Formats: sequence, structure tokens, C-alpha cells
Amino acid sequence: MIITDIILAAVSGGIICALAQLLIDLTKLTPARILVLYVTLGVLIYALGLYEPLYSLFGAGVSLPLIGFGANIGRGVYEAVTNEGAIGILSGGMTSSSAGITLALVMGLTTALIFKSKSKRM
Amino acid sequence: MKKSEKLELINKHSPHTRCVKNFCLAFIFGAVICGVGEGLIYLFSYLGADERSSPMLTTLFFIFLASILTGFGLFDVIAKRAGAGTLVPVTGFSNAVTSEAMDSKSEGIILGVGAKIFTVAGPVILFGITAGVVYGIVLFFYYLFSGGIVVSF
Repeated sequence: MIITDIILAAVSGGIICALAQLLIDLTKLTPARILVLYVTLGVLIYALGLYEPLYSLFGAGVSLPLIGFGANIGRGVYEAVTNEGAIGILSGGMTSSSAGITLALVMGLTTALIFKSKSKRM
Repeated sequence: MKKSEKLELINKHSPHTRCVKNFCLAFIFGAVICGVGEGLIYLFSYLGADERSSPMLTTLFFIFLASILTGFGLFDVIAKRAGAGTLVPVTGFSNAVTSEAMDSKSEGIILGVGAKIFTVAGPVILFGITAGVVYGIVLFFYYLFSGGIVVSF
């Protein structure tokens, strides 16, 4: 059911974001550290075999937060090591995350060239 | 000022209430983004993307959208309220990349934009990839010694 899936994704994604907000407010973790923490956590979750069941249940709720980005790296490594052997240790992570990283960088450069910065960020 | 008013004022500015408010806002914005994302996953699969591509396309859509919104200066307006609600989904990653690039334009294209664009993206990519390599090494030796799957060098 599409409605149930959307609600499950919204609730799980909301909880993941709210937990990060709690970490920012209660500890001295900066936003950049939160991002690094979530990506690394994503790789760990994939390595433990928890990502696939979580994704089939929560969908975008776990794939859109940076946990999904990390899990994507984990999946790339898994597939590359399984199919290609030792080289896959090095090639897997970049291969599977390349689309996201490339788009973010190219869009960053293009936007910076087109638009003028109005205010200081964050 | 009455005592009750005073209490109200104290409550309004105390870290505790602010914390609860931020928590709720982060939840709401994160929920909306992920809910819309789930809808997009359905849309992309309906349009013919396979099981692997549709979440990837959704992620790419949000990276694209966040970058454009950052360019127009709208992202900061939303993020000021949403906090971690827009930071934790890939929108935060994309916003960090674009806003760093925009802010460092005055320092030049090569060493300004080209270098500073990695201020936040760099750590995220570095530690993500390194975690992946550690996982790869563990996996490789697991295959090697368990003998279940034959791996080659």
C-alpha cells in the first residue's frame, strides 16, 4: 500500500532527523560531525546486514538520510569484493556513490557560477 | 511583571523548551522530505525505473533541488527552522557543498570554489569511503577463510 509506505517513510525519516537535532542541541556535535557520523553509521548498518530489511520496511525513510548514502557505499563494496575480489575493497565505495557525489559537486559549481551569495551560511 | 508572566518568559527562553521545539520541527521537516521521497520512489518505479534505480533517482532529485534552492537563497530560510530536518537527508549534504562553493567565489574559481567546495563534502566522502574500505577488508578475509565464495586477487 502506497499510503502506508509513505507514512512509514515519513515517521522513520522524521525520527532519524529529530535524533540528530537532539544530538546537536544536547551535545557539542557540529552539523558537519553529524553528517560524518550518519554516513559512517550507514556503512556499519549495511555491513551488519541490517540495511536491506530496514529499507524494505521504511523505504525513503532510511534511504534519503545520509545513512542511505553510507549504506550505498557499503553495498558497492560488498558487490565489488564479491565479484572482483581484492580490488573491490578500493573500487566499490566510490563506484556506487559516484552519481550522488558527482551531481552534488557539479551542481555546487554550476550554482556558484550562476548565483551570487546573499548571506553567510549556517 | 507578574510572576506567571515571568515564568512564561523564563520557559520560553530556557534551553529545554527550545530543545523540544527544535526536536518537533526537525521531525516534521524530516518526515515531509522522507514522505515525499517515498512518493517519488513510487513515481520513478511507475515510470519504469528498477528497484535499485528509483531510490537513487530520488536521492539525486533531492540533491538537485537542494542545490537550486541554495542558489536562490531559499534553503537557508527553510533550514533555519528545520534544523536537522533538512540537514540529515541528502539535502543537507548538497546544501553544504553549494553554499561553500558560493561563499568562496570571491577567493577565486580554482583555489576558492575548487578547494572550498570540499569543506563539508570532503569529510563526508573521506570517512564514508574509509569505513567502506574497512568493511571491504573484513569481508575479503571473511570470504578467504570461510571458503564459501572463492575470491581472487
